[in-house]
Amino acid sequence: MLIKKPDPIKSSEITDRAVWQDRRRLIKAAAAAGVGLVAERAGALASRPGQGQAISGVVDTDYGRGLALTDFQDATSYNNFYEFGTAKSDPARHAHSLQTRPWTVRVDGECDKPGEIGIEDILKDFTQEERIYRFRCVEAWAMTVPWVGFPLGDLLKRFQPNSRANFVAFETLFDPQQMPGQQRGVLDWPYREGLRMDEAMHPLTLLATGLYGEVLPNQNGAPLRLVVPLKYGFKSIKSIVGIRFVRDIPETTWWKLAPREYGFYANVNPQVDHPRWSQKRHRVLGAGLFAAKQPTQLFNGYAEQVAGLYRGMDLSRFY
Amino acid sequence: MIDKMRRLTIWWLVFLGGLLPLAGIVHGGLYGDLGPNPVEAVLHGTGDWALRLLLLTLAMRPLQRLTGRPGWLRWRRMLGLYSFFYATLHGLTWAWLDQQWDLSGMLVDVVKRPYITVGFTALALLLPLAATSTRAAMRRLGRRWQRLHRLVYPIAVLAVLHFVWLVKADWEEPAIYGGVLGVMLVLRIPTVMLVLRRVLGLERPILARRAGDSP
Ligand code: HEM
Repeated sequence: MLIKKPDPIKSSEITDRAVWQDRRRLIKAAAAAGVGLVAERAGALASRPGQGQAISGVVDTDYGRGLALTDFQDATSYNNFYEFGTAKSDPARHAHSLQTRPWTVRVDGECDKPGEIGIEDILKDFTQEERIYRFRCVEAWAMTVPWVGFPLGDLLKRFQPNSRANFVAFETLFDPQQMPGQQRGVLDWPYREGLRMDEAMHPLTLLATGLYGEVLPNQNGAPLRLVVPLKYGFKSIKSIVGIRFVRDIPETTWWKLAPREYGFYANVNPQVDHPRWSQKRHRVLGAGLFAAKQPTQLFNGYAEQVAGLYRGMDLSRFY
Repeated sequence: MIDKMRRLTIWWLVFLGGLLPLAGIVHGGLYGDLGPNPVEAVLHGTGDWALRLLLLTLAMRPLQRLTGRPGWLRWRRMLGLYSFFYATLHGLTWAWLDQQWDLSGMLVDVVKRPYITVGFTALALLLPLAATSTRAAMRRLGRRWQRLHRLVYPIAVLAVLHFVWLVKADWEEPAIYGGVLGVMLVLRIPTVMLVLRRVLGLERPILARRAGDSP
């Protein structure tokens, strides 16, 4: 069943497997010895499922250490990615048509050095970190994913945003051939998202290139996606091809489609219900038929890090 | 004798057929085949089948009129009861697996979330229909039975509305169910049925022959 394809990534970028696994074993052993509470599946670096290319030089971090991870299989087979269909299982089935190499991201707008950057350079120029983040969908389900990526701010700084850059707008690839879901007008394509400048520059805000130590599977938004763990999942736009610094609040896909249901901020908040369902609790993927829902936390549990961003804001009005 | 055997065989086939969706769900549950969000899978599976069987129940009258065979009407009871069965499982899945019997939370949802309000109303209205589905009840209620069972139309409308209101952006599926329901309702208009029978060549030209016209 395995079809040999030419490697999309230069082999020099791939860490030798033995070195990689050895390092993991060491870290795992250290973690097990040091911290008795670390769950079995949550070693220092997530173990690789071996489904995709490894990303080289991934640096371990403390983000989310000790959280129980969602199974790789679950995290990669239950996705909202309407570009490949509206059922949760559609992306995993249809996203193989997406070509992620070559891939360039255009960065422009209110900045001094607009330009383009390729995915190879992104992987080379920015130190890739593993960060375990909670991920909470607006539909009241959640998972915990060991992402690989780097702070969005690091990339943005390179293009030197000017003083008029109040917001950052993002755009997903538009190509109905590669993304057959776009042949139907379910959403106003291309998918668009946005962040306030201070949110975009916040150290928690991640540009992800991988998960579980490997390049992103297509269905999870390959080759480059946003991950903003304090916000509902739809803010974490996938397969990004455009980033623009703008003065005014950008129009974003779900907000524009149903402004009463999806706000621009979309911060996880158990006190502010979606008009059609409660946001107080969420279902954890992979927890099984009989598991109770878990209580949802303000800013998805990242309140300490980000509350400063929203001080004095009425969160029920700016939802 | 052979006719009776045939009827019994069909009865068993339909009866067992109605259990297949449940068997699929139970099998999926036992073998962990329901995906990363099994509660949602059961909720959707039971809801889908409750609605499908309801629409199938509504298809029996048009089929009878179209074919002129009264036998179709016999299946309404079993199909209707199966719809109620899956709707009940659906409601129980919600109360137990989804809400974990959090009564106050459930009450809030029933009152505050229009799609739940509508689904709940549909299920509540199905209850008296299921309870009066026996021959004895039919006899006891007489004419009132018919009037009571016309509730099936608003129930079907509510069930489709329930689906429309729970969807986020892709209305294709509820639109298909709504379309099927629309067809079932339109086929109950006598003129429509008459025209359809003519078009399909099902109307025997008795009158024409009596008038002595050449064929
Ligand atoms: C107490 C009554 C009911 C409750 C609380 C209820 C609740 C729900 C819930 C929570 C969902 C899933 C929503 C989501 O995933 O976002 C759902 C879906 C659904 N329900 Fe109900 N429901 C009720 C009655 C009914 C009845 C009577 C029918 C049909 C006869 C029905 C048909 C459906 C259908 C077709 C779906 C969609 C399944 C899918 O997305 O594939 N429901 N219901």
